Amino acid sequence: MNQFFRTYEDKLIKSGLAEAGAPLLGCLDADLEWNRTDPDSPVFEAVFERLNINSIIFSRPAEPYRSIIDYLAETSNGIILPQDCETRTFLHDLPVSFQFLTDEMISILKKRKSVIIPGRGIITYGMVGMEQAYVTYASVCFACFIKFFSDFLRDAKRGNVDERKRNLFDGIVKQLDSPAVFHGALMKGPFNSADRVCEGIQEAGRLIVEHRLVDSYFGNISFCYGRTLYISQTGSSLDDLKGCIDPCPLDGSSCVPITASSELPAHLKIVQTTGHRAIVHGHPKFSVILSMDCDIEHCKCRGACHLKCPHDRSVRNIPIVSGEVGSGPNSLCNTVPEAIRREPGIIVYGHGVFTAGRMDFNRPFKNLIQIENNCRAEYFKRVEEVL
Amino acid sequence: MNMYGWCGKIARINLSDHTGCADTADPDILKTFIGGRGLSGYYLREKITLEWNHPDMPLLIFTGPLVNTRSPTSGRMTIMSRSPLTGTVGDSSVGGSFAHQLKRAGFDGIIITGKSETLCGIEIYDQTIRIVDAAHFAGRKIGEVHSLLKDRGSTAIIGPAGENGVLFSSIIVDRHFAAGRTGIGRVAGSKNLKYLTVKGTGRTKVFDPEGLRSAREDVLRLASASPVLLGEYGISRFGTGALYDLMDARGMMPTDNFQKTRFGNASRMNAYAFKKKYSPKKTGCRGCHILCKKITQGRTSMPEFETMSHFSALLDNRDIDAVVQANRMCNEMGMDTISAAATLACFSEISKQKLSSRKIMSLLRDMGRNKGIGAELGKGATIYAQRCGRPDLAMAVKGQELPAYDPRGAYGMALAYATSSRGGCHLRAYPIGHEILRKPVATDRFSFKGKGRMIKIGEDLNAAADSLTACKFIFFAASLEEYARIHTAVTGAKTSGQDLFEAGERINYNERMMNAANGFSQKDDDLPDRFFKSPEESDGRIRTEPIDRAAFLSARSNYYRARKLDKNGMPIPEVARQLGLAPLKIPEGDR
Repeated sequence: MNQFFRTYEDKLIKSGLAEAGAPLLGCLDADLEWNRTDPDSPVFEAVFERLNINSIIFSRPAEPYRSIIDYLAETSNGIILPQDCETRTFLHDLPVSFQFLTDEMISILKKRKSVIIPGRGIITYGMVGMEQAYVTYASVCFACFIKFFSDFLRDAKRGNVDERKRNLFDGIVKQLDSPAVFHGALMKGPFNSADRVCEGIQEAGRLIVEHRLVDSYFGNISFCYGRTLYISQTGSSLDDLKGCIDPCPLDGSSCVPITASSELPAHLKIVQTTGHRAIVHGHPKFSVILSMDCDIEHCKCRGACHLKCPHDRSVRNIPIVSGEVGSGPNSLCNTVPEAIRREPGIIVYGHGVFTAGRMDFNRPFKNLIQIENNCRAEYFKRVEEVL
Repeated sequence: MNMYGWCGKIARINLSDHTGCADTADPDILKTFIGGRGLSGYYLREKITLEWNHPDMPLLIFTGPLVNTRSPTSGRMTIMSRSPLTGTVGDSSVGGSFAHQLKRAGFDGIIITGKSETLCGIEIYDQTIRIVDAAHFAGRKIGEVHSLLKDRGSTAIIGPAGENGVLFSSIIVDRHFAAGRTGIGRVAGSKNLKYLTVKGTGRTKVFDPEGLRSAREDVLRLASASPVLLGEYGISRFGTGALYDLMDARGMMPTDNFQKTRFGNASRMNAYAFKKKYSPKKTGCRGCHILCKKITQGRTSMPEFETMSHFSALLDNRDIDAVVQANRMCNEMGMDTISAAATLACFSEISKQKLSSRKIMSLLRDMGRNKGIGAELGKGATIYAQRCGRPDLAMAVKGQELPAYDPRGAYGMALAYATSSRGGCHLRAYPIGHEILRKPVATDRFSFKGKGRMIKIGEDLNAAADSLTACKFIFFAASLEEYARIHTAVTGAKTSGQDLFEAGERINYNERMMNAANGFSQKDDDLPDRFFKSPEESDGRIRTEPIDRAAFLSARSNYYRARKLDKNGMPIPEVARQLGLAPLKIPEGDR
């Protein structure tokens, strides 16, 4: 296997998204190349032949994703509809094919970026490379995880959990990663050069991924040094930020950061209005799940919680705010900066967590861990209370 | 005919006898070629071997099914003919409100043939078509003519350049929106057509308004999440000039006729500097929420990125006002800013003259008026450089001057320049999205690995976008997956993203066939030698290496295979047949 394929296979395994030997990776330029021989390759050759794509990932996910995705697929009517922000914005929905049939898979992939085949795995593709297929694969796993645990809590509250579901849930819980623990320290501020800032950002990004708080692509980090905000680029891997940090002058005198993270508006506003200089944003799973657990009945905004929530909501004193990605009128850049001013962090509905600090990334990193661990504990407490 | 999305009618106008009529369009052709670039190509193909100035050579204007609906960023159209500059297919996608008004008038497109004996204009009001005398507009600039015609609806006008023989003449829509590339303004000029106006009162029927609303929301959400479109430093705030700093920072800003890749004065002539100095306001095409066009309170268009870059770095011009004036001059005279600036850069290098602001302006004026050295420069860099015995100094592909991305800094862009069916053009495949702007994901800009197929896919995507007719910029955020839902909702024809790709493939193959019929082949899918030989001067931080020619040729071969061409880059009849394209006659000896 060449280095190109090894990179992506390693990423899938290291992130806990697939087991060694499971991913089948195909890449087409003039010739079609595979990472290994596989009896299913001819099926995917037909997929390449009939679709305008250049890369494919087909893999059984690793546990607990495997059990989660198989369950959601089997109990779906052919479409899984997660409610998290990633799915709503980028994937829209997750189609399922109940048979491993070429025509059916092609028919689905003509319309969507992925297809789930229960018992077999997930197929995703890229048009501009394997990276695109990888991001979609990771997004499908993430979205299904969020949906499974969200649905279970909702069903538990409604007394709608049968024995099969309960057993499945217990089995999946046993396979979860342990809660993140960190007793060390990150680089200590204040940073005295742009290079040190970038090193600090890279270190924080790497640790966030290593502690399985988020997958590589699900977050962004910034630090304000002098009159410049240094921020991770859009579509960059948190655990590999070298060369992927944009300097963004606060006076707007250069548009070089046009490639900065889509959450730049929120980072800028936090820096400009709160005195915080180190900002971490990620999508840790239980924080996202609990942000969507709302018991308020007859709410006039039900169904539009991600856009506007009229209630003061929180999880263990961490505020939950609404807001969408980027810079539109419903953007989280209008809600997050004010909310984070006096808090260790905030959770954006269905999306993720922002934490901030004044000197370096120690406080935001540790707060991110703490918020996620608190949300995780609170989740199981809520389940236990109703089961 | 009861159609959704499309009107089902085409205005056919013959300027030789000053007649015009509404013709019924074949619904199958509309569905197969969609609109815009696709439909224009369909109607051009049978005439493509005629000379560009032959009276029977059509000038085609086509909108798409999404125009005049709530589909986001879908108010554009294509103007196409055979290019006087390159001899290839010649087309330009243009915004403004002309497409919208044309659909309101009840037409999907206009086919103009013949040649008027005297200068004329075409005026359309709903289904009424009039060909009127325009002799009194002879030699007049676009702003003047627009101000006299704007009450008659949307306008499309050529300037003195189009009348006087400039081979890169543009057609300007609604005074500010240029159909700039490939010299289609000159085709209008050859037909003695000074202008078109169109106004309509009709509505475009939408099959599934609720489906359109839902799909539109998906696109708007994606656009909001896009740093390039609506971000703090994106094109909505700064115009397309937002790319200026990035191109310099990445060491791919064409400077001194592509002799260098960084411009020492870039930080003083960037979009921020223009914004600070001119305080322009946002505007844009009909139905677009991005509003990337910037216009001053005095109604002067701010230069687009390509114009900013070429009228500063490419000419080593450090006068920001001169950039605005040059842009205005080109728009008033009706000349493509990219070709005009690149031709001046070629002239500067050959003549070993550094061009002052004043000299730039006087040369542009002379180009448009066909005077003195301007008359020679009006033929474009390739012809000028050949006449001077220095063809190597024309930075052009297939005779069209290159835009403002140095291909040594993005190898996909290098390949895309070479394979573009209309010559030196960044928009056919637009790999800047993934190579520089990191969308949908980042690719290695200094590698050809996988780029053959990526460029083919990019070309198909943009051919579909140009045919829908949606703005290419939205595809920094959305994909054909979302636009397929919009297409389905508007037209009622169930469409997937991949169906649109297939249409894009057909449209590109058709263009490739038309070029082949005129003798274009592998030898033309190439870049100027400079990019393979000259190391760029180092600025101490970034050293841009020349492109490895063997790697380039290998990538080009891969592209041919991905595009299903033969090893010489020629279309294969069987593939054409599979795509539903009838054979075109290719002159003997050209294969």
